Amino acid sequence: MTEQDAIIDEVVNSEYKYGFVTNIEQESAPKGLNEDIIRFISAKKEEPEWMLEWRLKAYKEWQKMTEPAWANVHYPKVDFQDVVYYTAPKPKKNLNSLDEVDPELLKTFEKLGISLDEQKRLSGVAVDVVFDSVSVKTTFQETLKEKGIIFCSMSEAVRNHGDLVKKYIGTVVPQKDNFYAALNSAVFSDGSFCYIPKGVRCPMELSTYFRINAAGSGQFERTLLIADEGAYVSYLEGCTAPQRDENQLHAAVVELIALDNAEIKYSTVQNWYPGDKDGKGGIFNFVTKRGMCKGSNSKISWTQVETGSAVTWKYPSCILAGDNSIGEFYSVALTNHFQQADTGTKMIHIGKNTKSRIVSKGISAGKSQNSYRGLVKVHKKAENARNFSQCDSLLMGNLCGAHTFPYIEVSNNTSKVEHEATTSKIGEDMLFYFQQRGIDEETAVAMIVNGFCKEVMDHLPMEFAVEARKLLEISLEGSVG
Amino acid sequence: MLSINNLHVSIENKEILKGLSLQVNAGEVHAIMGPNGTGKSTLGNVLAGKEGYEITDGSVLFDGIDLMELEAHERAQKGVFLAFQYPVEIPGVSNANFLKAAVNEQRKANGEEPMPPNEFLKMMREKMELVEMKKDFISRSVNQGFSGGEKKRNEIFQMAMLQPKLAILDETDSGLDIDALRIVANGVNKLRSKDNAFIVITHYQRLLDYIVPDFVHVMYNGKIVKSGDKNLALELEEKGYEEFEHATL
Repeated sequence: MTEQDAIIDEVVNSEYKYGFVTNIEQESAPKGLNEDIIRFISAKKEEPEWMLEWRLKAYKEWQKMTEPAWANVHYPKVDFQDVVYYTAPKPKKNLNSLDEVDPELLKTFEKLGISLDEQKRLSGVAVDVVFDSVSVKTTFQETLKEKGIIFCSMSEAVRNHGDLVKKYIGTVVPQKDNFYAALNSAVFSDGSFCYIPKGVRCPMELSTYFRINAAGSGQFERTLLIADEGAYVSYLEGCTAPQRDENQLHAAVVELIALDNAEIKYSTVQNWYPGDKDGKGGIFNFVTKRGMCKGSNSKISWTQVETGSAVTWKYPSCILAGDNSIGEFYSVALTNHFQQADTGTKMIHIGKNTKSRIVSKGISAGKSQNSYRGLVKVHKKAENARNFSQCDSLLMGNLCGAHTFPYIEVSNNTSKVEHEATTSKIGEDMLFYFQQRGIDEETAVAMIVNGFCKEVMDHLPMEFAVEARKLLEISLEGSVG
Repeated sequence: MLSINNLHVSIENKEILKGLSLQVNAGEVHAIMGPNGTGKSTLGNVLAGKEGYEITDGSVLFDGIDLMELEAHERAQKGVFLAFQYPVEIPGVSNANFLKAAVNEQRKANGEEPMPPNEFLKMMREKMELVEMKKDFISRSVNQGFSGGEKKRNEIFQMAMLQPKLAILDETDSGLDIDALRIVANGVNKLRSKDNAFIVITHYQRLLDYIVPDFVHVMYNGKIVKSGDKNLALELEEKGYEEFEHATL
């Protein structure tokens, strides 16, 4: 066994750190999906009639659809009648202070390194916590309210800000957009809602932590974020799940809307349970994320660090409808063991002088498969549209795969589209160079990987970048310090 | 300091070093010359601990310890430095970060605290002057987009930062123009002291006009076939290696 093989071997044997289960009382819907379940969810949420109608319409569309099979991923077929579509920590009541949150739940978040208390004020982050499918606590609502910012759970928004929800939900990701989006539209149980009013710069990072806990349940959260004219917000999203032998389904929808001169920065650190080193268990992560640069001079920037999930199917995209609008996608996707990721973005240029930038960094280790899939589409009227894409892959060992599927459709000849791609391997020569300077292999691999991802990491908010870096190291543990 | 005795080394069952012996004391500069493919670079790699070489016989002692028993990074921490013939590029890792890690790993191995950042930066600026590096060098990625000359200067710069006991320069002069050669040689000369030693592997006598060696060895077919002082290098320049071709057959 060469030294490099030994490193790869160690990488392959690292373990998931968030695999614990919280012993908490759950209230669940029975397994399976039908109109009654949807009515049950809607009733639990005390939703208005229009919301129920909207869900049922989505359900009807979903029934006509089939699961997509074009992605470069292979997994056992999901039995959608064998999934629990609603679980909530019990007892469910409105929480007014942290003292009322179940202590077990607080312990869980402590284990995850998320403190819901005053510390967050010091670090300037407001947190919405979604446990299984229910938002359990949103911090700093009061502080935000002073600025007119609404940041709450989706259920609360449906009840208290129905007009806003009704106006925007499904405008970026329609109910029948795709199979998983339709499913989510029918059964979403919670998620985060955020509205930044005209001209307001959100004074703190907004953050949602998602956690799947209950066995056999799916998580279907829905996030809706609206930045009104001239508003700015930076939004963070983190996810973990316990270690379970069976696969669990996660089908989320995120919709972002940026009006004139507004800017949204959306950052994700996704660390769902990836399955064990033999490929058993793990989350199926089928997510639809899309942002609409509706107004002129608006900007939406996606940054994601993906280390988790058994199977990932995810393409955070931007529709650049407003003139001079800008879309960005910065992604690090790391796969190990038997993980499969098919991820990328779509940049749809509609407005004049729209710009998009794609930077994708894929790292494959173990026996994993890592694919970048991206579409750059320039419509007829998108004069002077400009895109730059860069897709780099880093391979560790000989058993993994990296794939790049770029699609480019251009219907305007004043536009300029550039695509660059590289594939490299952490070679013996590079490792030896580090070692010869007194740096051991583990630290060397960590430094190489972090160097490889630097351009993306630089776009994460400071606090999150530190966490993401740690996560990359944990995911490659054995090779990384 | 370094004592190599009857060293035999193979790669994939092909013997490259065939009973090489060499003694290097502190304060000395040894030049190793010889035609292509005689095992000069192999010697450097074996001393530094690169994977893939099989030591079939002989021994290497470094300050009395068996060097071959140590991992590559441990050898580096103990003060063995190899200036690479082909330095690798490391995208996204700045020269500052790379060297901070290297310097601090070495200090850690010696039971010392990490170097305070301001002290480190000061040292970096000082040593950069030595090899005439531009200011933006600190934040640039290691060797990425560097010219051949810059890469070699970076090797000497790293050597200056790590202050090794034994430095092996593997054809550091190859591909250098006269100015770069002068800068590199100047760097080495400033680092020479009674406490450290250099092994300079080279094809050409040219470098030895700038770095004057105490000893010159001719390596041929996997071993040292002749040793002498600096005049031997001049002699080789004139006569070539032909005489050894007959001698070793």
